[in-house]
Amino acid sequence: MSNHEYLRQLPSHQRGPGNLDLAFRLHIDMPLLAGLLAIMGFGLFVLYSAGGESMDLVLRQLTRFLVGFIVLFVLAQLPPRTFRFWSPVLYGIGLLMLILVLVIGTEAKGAQRWLSLPGIGRFQPSEMMKIAVPALVAWFFRDRALPPSMGDTFVALMIILVPAMLIGRQPDLGTALLISMSGLVILFMAGLSWRVIGASVAGAAIAAPLMYFYVLHDYQRRRVDTFLNPEADPLGAGWNIIQSKTAIGSGGIQGKGWLNGTQSQLDFLPESHTDFIFAVLSEELGLLGILLLFALYLFVIGRCLWISYHAQDLFSRLFGAGLALTFFIYILVNVGMVSGLLPVVGVPLPLISYGGTSIVTLLAGFGILMSVHTHRRLMG
Amino acid sequence: MKSAQRNSTGSLRKRYLFMVAFWALLGIGLLARAVDLHIVQHEFLSRQGDMRNLRVEPLAAHRGVISDRHGRPLAVSTPVITLWANPREALESRDSWSRLNGNKVLDSKALAQRVLPNSQREFIYLSRHLAPEQAQQVLDQRVPGIYALTEYRRYYPAAEVTSHVVGFTNIDDIGQEGIELSFEEVLRGAAGRKRVVRDLIGRVIQDIEIIEEARPGQDVQLSIDLRLQYLAYRELMSAVSRHNASGGSVVVLDADTGEILAMVNQPGYNPNGRASLSPSAMRNRAVTDLFEPGSTLKTITLATALEAGMVTPHSMIDTRPGTIRVSGKTIRDHRNYGVMDITAAFGKSSNVMTTKLALDMQPQQLQNMLDRFGFGRATGIPFPGESDGVLPLRARWRDIEQATLSYGYGISVTALQLAQAYAVVANDGVHLPVSLTRVNEPPKGERVISAATAGMLVDMLGVVVSDHGTARQARVNGYQVGGKTGTVHKIVNGAYADDNYLSLFVGVAPLDNPRYVTVVVIDDPAGEAYYGGEVAAPVFSRVMEGVLRTLNVTPDASQGIWAGVTASEGRS
Repeated sequence: MSNHEYLRQLPSHQRGPGNLDLAFRLHIDMPLLAGLLAIMGFGLFVLYSAGGESMDLVLRQLTRFLVGFIVLFVLAQLPPRTFRFWSPVLYGIGLLMLILVLVIGTEAKGAQRWLSLPGIGRFQPSEMMKIAVPALVAWFFRDRALPPSMGDTFVALMIILVPAMLIGRQPDLGTALLISMSGLVILFMAGLSWRVIGASVAGAAIAAPLMYFYVLHDYQRRRVDTFLNPEADPLGAGWNIIQSKTAIGSGGIQGKGWLNGTQSQLDFLPESHTDFIFAVLSEELGLLGILLLFALYLFVIGRCLWISYHAQDLFSRLFGAGLALTFFIYILVNVGMVSGLLPVVGVPLPLISYGGTSIVTLLAGFGILMSVHTHRRLMG
Repeated sequence: MKSAQRNSTGSLRKRYLFMVAFWALLGIGLLARAVDLHIVQHEFLSRQGDMRNLRVEPLAAHRGVISDRHGRPLAVSTPVITLWANPREALESRDSWSRLNGNKVLDSKALAQRVLPNSQREFIYLSRHLAPEQAQQVLDQRVPGIYALTEYRRYYPAAEVTSHVVGFTNIDDIGQEGIELSFEEVLRGAAGRKRVVRDLIGRVIQDIEIIEEARPGQDVQLSIDLRLQYLAYRELMSAVSRHNASGGSVVVLDADTGEILAMVNQPGYNPNGRASLSPSAMRNRAVTDLFEPGSTLKTITLATALEAGMVTPHSMIDTRPGTIRVSGKTIRDHRNYGVMDITAAFGKSSNVMTTKLALDMQPQQLQNMLDRFGFGRATGIPFPGESDGVLPLRARWRDIEQATLSYGYGISVTALQLAQAYAVVANDGVHLPVSLTRVNEPPKGERVISAATAGMLVDMLGVVVSDHGTARQARVNGYQVGGKTGTVHKIVNGAYADDNYLSLFVGVAPLDNPRYVTVVVIDDPAGEAYYGGEVAAPVFSRVMEGVLRTLNVTPDASQGIWAGVTASEGRS
């Protein structure tokens, strides 16, 4: 960002009296906070219905939100240079833990994703990498000449692919792909050569069938088959996707009304309060409900992109943009999967789905973005 | 370096915007998909959704109530739950069966036993006719593939007392016996259909609409009076057990209307629990079992003679020496009664007297009269398995055949036919069709004998219970009654047995204007006593007393009119 742009910005904040000033001093970005609270409130509202009208479930989710906000608030207090400084360490620890997971991890549902820490509970190192990978890629490009050389591109790819492959081994293909994407968008913005992109796309086109036959696990292969033709096994693998499409479509424009979705309330829709909560929302609140959610998401993403676009240093700019786009990609993947456009990978709908660590991770990301925004002047 | 930095800044901005535009395009794609599903595919998917959870279910029709003549329920339906399973679905989630471990209604082992051998089927019953609370214990475990169905189960409040008349339904609520069977079409009604919302494991969550109302079956009101039925049952049961008899029947008829007020049999059964039920106990013997009426038929013989003007009640007849030879066979009286009038001979139940009368008649005369009294054909009550009886129709009668017919052999009747015949006498000679359902307006009927003849016969029936008759034990305190005894040798292995009897008594009351007819049949009394006057008459006495008092008939005789009469002198 050029200097005069920054100066033009400055007075508007300093002129603002009272609340804004206080929020700014607490390093909270009010528009972003408002957007997040709106989404999360809406999410709890949907969760109450999707979870079978269980107040208990809503309260537990609310507890997670509080924990997430504490993390957000703490991270927002730290200046961006702290993140820059600690990125390699965070990444290193994360990588180490990913290796540990493969060796001594706890298994659940056929995948080894968790580390049991005595006294703390279970912990999923891949969640940490959702922040550490974009952080290190941004850190790597912080003072390098752009567009990157072939050598730099190679190093950046390694930074991205090593943890992604470790996570893919767990196996957790969804998270591996998401983490790859969070790094790749930064690499792209840093100026990845079109030739490399073209070659990669071509390579992927060739590699995909090979991956399908030789690398993917059976259950992953089944997911792809199911994606391509859900009706082949409507009562088995195709069940989820058929039920969720039915739920979405039967909602119509206005929906069947809150607590009145037949697909979700009558247990036809599996995972209705976690990964498939979007289908519940669609069925009960219809297209209007979806448009409201999309509008809220759009506002939050827009604010995040605005923050990262106006960040003062390259690290913050790349890291912030990476976080914002990753958030967007989560939404795309989840909604795409629930509406049958993408294969079923276990990605929750951000800030809406019931679930533990992902909420904390997401709010941590927003905390970093708030830090980027509210520490600008001090660094000036 | 500086220009490179600026250059790179410009390039970064372009890349940034490109990136945002790229993802925004994908976002728009997603939005398009949402619009596609919500609006374009809405109807199809909405129908798909309905197909998942909307089901058309049968709506069980309430079976009509069978009640007695005063509306007391004899057969009522209560809703029950039947559990059924779709084995294919159940087998897909066998893990969940463990939730039924130790379940009192349906254990997981019992479930496995039912489901595993039927793995290819889509419907098997698990447990039928459970109380709703019981069924809920299983349904609460939410085992996939187990479903509930509402049915009605028949309950019979009067149990064995009315079981032979009312009959019963099978587990599918279809009549199998008695009124339940003969009035099946009336009682059943028609099942309706309703649309319901079901959840994934098939529980009905909500009733949406009734497509077609269930048409409940119509009620059937019987002519039976439950009070008299109880009374008759009690007396019959105690007599059968006192005399160690193999069975018996009592029929009470209202001669003025033709209605059956009570009809009971022994042995009986409880229709509410038919686990150990022998077919012989299920017969409504009063309408299915045939027997030779013996001396009780003499009333008809006499009616024929009186109607023909051959004799009057006071015509003298010589029954000496107590025997008569017909076609080389000897017909005997109990002892030699000497010369007496017809009435007295009837009171003593003289076989010689009826033989002499019969031999004076034209061969077809008695046969025609028996036919007009309703013998040889079913009474026409709507009851399954009613016997016609046997009235031999011959062009030529041998003397011995005509003689034995006059005192009730060579003809087979049911207890109900006998009651019907005596009802003609009680009803001034007019035959009314008997009815098992309540009659509001009696039909006109058909005259069989003149009112005068009927009156004479009633008087003669009164003599039977007098000091000079065979049935003093048939007397009823406070009322004048009349009747006729019968003691019949049973046919065992094609020949008349010496020691197997049927004890009969048919009586009418009150005597001055007879209205109620009671038939008592005691089959094969095993004790010392076997005469109709000893075994059947006391049952008649107690039943008729109860009938008259219950129906508030004014007593027409002073208490103790027959006081001082010893009970053991009666003979048939």
